[in-house]
Amino acid sequence: MHNENQSLIFELSKEGRVGYSLPELDVQDFDLTELLPEGFVREEAAELPEVAELDIMRHYTALSRRNHGVDSGFYPLGSCTMKYNPKINENVARLSGFANIHPLQDEATVQGAMELLYELQTSLVEITGMDEVTLQPAAGAHGEWTALMMIRAFHEANGEGHRNKVIVPDSAHGTNPASATVAGFETITVKSNEDGLVDLDDLRRVVGEDTAALMLTNPNTLGLFEENILEMAEIIHGVGGKVYYDGANLNAVMSKARPGDMGFDCVHLNLHKTFTGPHGGGGPGSGPVGVKADLIPFLPKPVLVKKEDGSFHFDYDRPQTIGRVKPYYGNFGINVRAYTYIRTMGPDGLKAVTEYAVLNANYMMRRLESYFDLPYNRHCKHEFVLSGRRQKKLGVRTLDIAKRLLDFGYHPPTIYFPLNVEEGMMIEPTETESKETLDAFCDAMIQIAKETEENPSIVQEAPHTTVISRLDETRAARTPILRYTKIEG
Amino acid sequence: MVHRYLPMTEQDRKDMLATIGVESVDELFSDIPESVRFQGLYNIREAKSESALLKELKQLAAKNEDTDSNVSFLGAGIYNHYKPVIVDHVISRSEFYTAYTPYQPEISQGELQAIFEFQTMIAELTGMDLANSSMYDGGTSLAEAGMLAAGHTRRKKLLVSEAIHPEYRDVVATYAYGQSIEIVLVPTNNGVTDIEQLKELIDDNTAGVMVQYPNFFGQVEDLQTLGDITHEAKGLFIVSANPLALGILTPPGKLGADITVGDAQVFGIPESFGGPYCGYFATTTKLMRKVPGRLVGETVDQEGRRGYVLTLQAREQHIRREKATSNICSNQALLALAASVAMTALGKKGVQEMAKQNIVKTRYAKNAFEAAGFTVPFQGAHFNEIVVKTNKAVSDINKQLIEDGIIGGFDLGRTYPELENHVLLAVTELRTKEEIDALVEKMGAYNA
Repeated sequence: MHNENQSLIFELSKEGRVGYSLPELDVQDFDLTELLPEGFVREEAAELPEVAELDIMRHYTALSRRNHGVDSGFYPLGSCTMKYNPKINENVARLSGFANIHPLQDEATVQGAMELLYELQTSLVEITGMDEVTLQPAAGAHGEWTALMMIRAFHEANGEGHRNKVIVPDSAHGTNPASATVAGFETITVKSNEDGLVDLDDLRRVVGEDTAALMLTNPNTLGLFEENILEMAEIIHGVGGKVYYDGANLNAVMSKARPGDMGFDCVHLNLHKTFTGPHGGGGPGSGPVGVKADLIPFLPKPVLVKKEDGSFHFDYDRPQTIGRVKPYYGNFGINVRAYTYIRTMGPDGLKAVTEYAVLNANYMMRRLESYFDLPYNRHCKHEFVLSGRRQKKLGVRTLDIAKRLLDFGYHPPTIYFPLNVEEGMMIEPTETESKETLDAFCDAMIQIAKETEENPSIVQEAPHTTVISRLDETRAARTPILRYTKIEG
Repeated sequence: MVHRYLPMTEQDRKDMLATIGVESVDELFSDIPESVRFQGLYNIREAKSESALLKELKQLAAKNEDTDSNVSFLGAGIYNHYKPVIVDHVISRSEFYTAYTPYQPEISQGELQAIFEFQTMIAELTGMDLANSSMYDGGTSLAEAGMLAAGHTRRKKLLVSEAIHPEYRDVVATYAYGQSIEIVLVPTNNGVTDIEQLKELIDDNTAGVMVQYPNFFGQVEDLQTLGDITHEAKGLFIVSANPLALGILTPPGKLGADITVGDAQVFGIPESFGGPYCGYFATTTKLMRKVPGRLVGETVDQEGRRGYVLTLQAREQHIRREKATSNICSNQALLALAASVAMTALGKKGVQEMAKQNIVKTRYAKNAFEAAGFTVPFQGAHFNEIVVKTNKAVSDINKQLIEDGIIGGFDLGRTYPELENHVLLAVTELRTKEEIDALVEKMGAYNA
């Protein structure tokens, strides 16, 4: 049944069909030539599909069946925190009083929405240990850039505009160096040591009077806690730099350690990860930024404040602000979901989240350590990284293992990352999975390890059960086809 | 702790600790230095049951005046449009909304194909060669277009029309500061970009010229002329376009645009107090390898079946790292899906009809305001917004209108000091003759 090409919506189009129901026009009609000058009216119509409503529903239902989400099955994609996306969040975000309000309405008419944002801000201040939070950045990378722009403004305000270097560990998320570049900084890479942690000697070597900031993920992308964090903060602060916390991995430390207590000056969070977003097939996200007091003047405008009379207000009078980072006030719909989640879990719940996230990762790591190489053998936090070196020697690459996992109905781990692990597989189970699920996944991994020794071709040629086999990515990049074009005749 | 999102039982926990070889979960956190270890619990509000929380949040939502129970004439970049009901049914399928970026194409064909279709529809509407898989919103997409222009031309100045959304301009300025790019504003004349001033300001250090189509005042700019001036100076012509208007208006791609950006919020996406929306980014084949964000391309599998993958990723942050020209990673995929469903439902005919209704109803409103004695200062071609001059403060008029269940227009004096006592009103296909008449009547009364 899967041998035929899945139709594109354009291929289902038939002239004369409609899928819409517009209001009747109840005012005097005009000919467009009376309303628009010559040349302003489009000559050729945009070729959008012409389909009836059932065609649309069947088309997208067919597409959805060719897609794996958290609700379809286990999704241990490291660094992405693919936890369950609570359904109450979806209901709350769709309440008319939240979904159908315009961002430029008079503040008096949107106090409920502003109260929710203020409460979320306040909760995130407590969770991060920072002094103030902005909810404006649209995603993690956007938050990174926002925070770096604030650090830049801080140094410039202190007459230290020469600080143009941002230090990033070799295990960092790829967005870190990219964000630094977009914010106008140069990136300096600091090495990891044999324990998988930042090499302090190398850090001391690279810092100097041109250091603007250190960007650090803690736990790092190997899932290991940077236990020398206080010393690292001291080194950076000692030369006048700022320490930045990449909150992608916050799920590992909630109620255990707060960035603000660990010496960090600012932090971004990924509400679509730790606070159940959801991920939406690649977005939308939300990337709030928390800062310590000395960075507050530089927050993007407007800043949401609570006035003495208890009402909420967007404050634009911020002379040292970095400016606007996004129209309006951030991805409100995602912030509503995150707030709903925090209120669903409460203080005990968030602590339990982290404890189970870490327990689950350690359990899986111990179940798998004798079948795959474990480059850093110590307690992990919410994720761990295996190496497929042993399997590679038998002709099976990590990519093959990932593809074989598809046959078992799993989304594979993040692969070939972090860059400092050969044939890396980064596994993050999250706290919302049951022991049965973790065991079944481990059993599949163990079976694949055995297949690699006994019958490697079954792994090398995987996947065998998906609607499509491995795709020719070289061809896609060499002769790019980025849109459908109707074949005439 | 027992919670509906946490399935581990006490027995599971014991068994797992035994496998790990530790006595307690606390041991797993022993690598956190004692001095920074957080003690106790967060000082946040206690958890609530599902029903109690739902009740509380419904009450909070009910504190807001929404565009469903009121009649809205507020636009200024975000509009109250017809949203085909089917949109929400499609994006509520959890195979879409609980997935992440389609890194594993064999199990992500649904998302990848949906994006490929989105890219096609945006390319069709804008008349550009290609479009990417989405950006955060129209404002950041415009900023990224400016950064691309500066990088491509190796020039350090952007000319930005004052008739571009003020918040979009602010975002462009923030990005430009990061890249040490100078922003020069091009003034307006009669509500459109001043062509003579543009000729004066443009020079051989101009990376690009940015205009909005229709512009912030609802007026339709003469793209051909603006584009020609830009190209004479060898800059890139960047157009921020409302994609619904392109159902009727000549697309920027036919009028010299090198990059067309904007927001697809007009297609099935709720106003949602500022986001999430759906930025789009469309350009020419020539600039294909410099496009920020993700692109989906067609290819074949080992059996020759058609399939889709993320492609041209050598541009992207996870490969280019410090050499990347954009840092965007997560985008707005679910909203791109929503916009695709709405564009599909409207289709070739519906997008034309809906766009035309906006123009015609706005013309009706314009005539009605003029007949009631109001001045409409800008008399050029409009889409679905007009500027109306008032005698009283717009904020005062709006405070009275909300009492009548009407959400008034945008107070232009907030961002254009010379337009104090001017209101920007949006009239979409959802506004009825009766509602427009009521607005004119009430505003007439409150203006006296």
